[in-house]
Amino acid sequence: MSQFLQQAINGLTLGSLYGLIAIGYTMVYGILGMINFAHGDLYMLGAFVSLTAFAILAAAGITSLPLALLLVLLVAVVFTAGYGWAVERIAYRPLRGSTKLAPLISAIGASIFIQNAVQLLQGARIKQLPPMLPGGFEFFGPGPGSVTVSHVQVLIVAATAVLLAGFTWMITRTSFGRQQRACEQDAGMTRMLGINVDRTISLTFMIGAGMAGVAGLLVTLYYGVIDFYIGFLAGVKAFTAAVLGGIGSLPGAMLGGLLIGLIEAFYASYFSAEYKDVAVFGILILVLVLRPSGLLGRPEVEKV
Amino acid sequence: MTTTTTSRAADTPLPQRLSDAGFAALLTALLGIPLVGLTTVDVGGRVAVQTRWDWLLGAALMAFSGRLGVRWLFDRPAWRGRSARVQVDQAPAARRAGRMQLAGLGVTALALALPLVFHDNRYVVDTATTVLIYVMLGWGLNVVVGLAGLLDLGYVAFYAVGAYSYALLATQWGLSFWACLPLAGLLAASFGILLGYPTLRLRGDYLAIVTLGFGEIIRLVLVNWTALTHGPDGIGSIPRPTLFGHGFAPAGDLPTVAGLFGIDDAPWHRTVFLYLLILGLALLTNAFVLRLRKLPIGRAWEAMREDEVACRALGINATRVKLAAFALGAMLGGFAGVFFAARQGFISPESFTFSESAVILAIVVLGGSGSQFGVVLAAGILVLLPELGRHFSEYRMLLFGAAMVAIMVWRPGGLLSQRRPTLTSASAAETPTPAPNSAAIRSAA
Repeated sequence: MSQFLQQAINGLTLGSLYGLIAIGYTMVYGILGMINFAHGDLYMLGAFVSLTAFAILAAAGITSLPLALLLVLLVAVVFTAGYGWAVERIAYRPLRGSTKLAPLISAIGASIFIQNAVQLLQGARIKQLPPMLPGGFEFFGPGPGSVTVSHVQVLIVAATAVLLAGFTWMITRTSFGRQQRACEQDAGMTRMLGINVDRTISLTFMIGAGMAGVAGLLVTLYYGVIDFYIGFLAGVKAFTAAVLGGIGSLPGAMLGGLLIGLIEAFYASYFSAEYKDVAVFGILILVLVLRPSGLLGRPEVEKV
Repeated sequence: MTTTTTSRAADTPLPQRLSDAGFAALLTALLGIPLVGLTTVDVGGRVAVQTRWDWLLGAALMAFSGRLGVRWLFDRPAWRGRSARVQVDQAPAARRAGRMQLAGLGVTALALALPLVFHDNRYVVDTATTVLIYVMLGWGLNVVVGLAGLLDLGYVAFYAVGAYSYALLATQWGLSFWACLPLAGLLAASFGILLGYPTLRLRGDYLAIVTLGFGEIIRLVLVNWTALTHGPDGIGSIPRPTLFGHGFAPAGDLPTVAGLFGIDDAPWHRTVFLYLLILGLALLTNAFVLRLRKLPIGRAWEAMREDEVACRALGINATRVKLAAFALGAMLGGFAGVFFAARQGFISPESFTFSESAVILAIVVLGGSGSQFGVVLAAGILVLLPELGRHFSEYRMLLFGAAMVAIMVWRPGGLLSQRRPTLTSASAAETPTPAPNSAAIRSAA
């Protein structure tokens, strides 16, 4: 029982991170119909920016933890949003309106470029951050039956919930959200109605990248170890989560993320840690075979 | 075709270009602060920051000159006409196909002549062999992506199946290269059907992620099933291919090719033999694929790529047609895998990562989906580019990624885009393309 609870908590934490990244995939897919393959690398960039920011704050002698976290969050979001903007501007915008495959190849190229740039600039070895937020809550007393929830885990789940709520509000209630949804439905018509489609797409990229940046910050706190390659696997799994939930659907992305996190944690704990990713992809294939448009996705209607 | 007289007048004035480049440099400087300007070092368990403002300045200068250069190039009308648009070729299809055939023949002749000139230069022959492996993989994937229009991000799985089947069959059961080649091809094809059967009713991007997942599953199984595959250690001492039972080795107990022809053994025999072997395989593949394109199944692929709903309405069995594309593409990948294992003599899961799939897909798309010759061109560029960059090897993957983006932005349809049916009816081929003023005539009427 305690193992089950413990794995559920670990899975939820991991799933929140995947969900945060998956939202970026699903938004970009919704508006452009393309897989932003470099999105996982934006998350990796977020982790590196956070690490540097933590180091600067430590050197500057800022000891108040909430203040430090807030500052790092700000820095990470601003910079990853900037990187997201730059990637879109350089690698995707010139390809708008061309074939479907061209932006995908360009995105894979951008991903290879970012990974290698970081490897050259920041070194290929892993970087470590000493635990910033140690400790946690322990339930069911000390002993073999105890379940621990670390402070970082609480922070991750809480931050994800807050971000998700704010994000849903923005998409459903604000003027930008309306523009974003309009572009998603019919970019040409939206342009005719006087909305700057290019700007909306840029903003979508920046918001998605900002979310990935937050995920990067949280993962740095959670594991304390990062390297230039973490973006690939996290990106693939987050994209899997987006597809599992039904690509283009925001609640679907979050649900998919949580499911992937839970599957991974439980499979690693109860069956085998080596094959946990096989389980993730296997379940993805199974779900898609049974429900070809994902869990919460709307089936595509083809008009002739 | 385009008028060039207005070019100078349409140019952006210099101050504007300078300020534009300055803006790019400023942005680079700002965005580069945490990654270029700063780095973290581990000082006794604590993270410390180092500054590198000179690097940041260098990056900003590079952005400035790069932006200026790119704008200058793209402002010239000759380039602008081609860039950022799927180009529509005006040349008649027949003349274009003739030119392509000529180029193909020329390259084939060059490929055949290569060992005559460079047989002693092992590096050249080896690199050419690598190019040909990628050409073959590209042609295999081209059946799936270029012809049938199915996005496959896990093609490397079939390459791995081919390589591991040969490695295991040869080292465990002692089967020869020539016996394994068809077996591995069949095995890879059945994996293709295994993956394709449940997933082919998925559309575009869903299929992409499923194939990616499948590729990862195969790789993870190879890494973790140590009893069969030796895991990350890989399989070594895989036997080399033989020529009618004659090996390439210094004279010993086994019959050798050198002994067969009564000549002195030389180390270059084997590399040249391997080169000729893959060249033969590649030429066979090419003939096979070109033939397929003219058969009903090939036409069905091309039709399916353009409009699946229309195909279904015409009574084409979509699942069967797609499965055929998947299986044939997988089989060709399997052949390439067998050759790869036989040539390397050692394989490990390292060779079958996602980035390999990405490179093969890049070859197909950069070459221009569906174009056989484009694949050769793109494979040549993508293999030779990192080779040329050997002297500054740290930067080669960086340049590789940048080149992928740049080529796509420059020519989104691929280097040689060929998205037209292989066969057209006689009347359609002879009718000239409608003149641009036909719309005007119609509106006047």
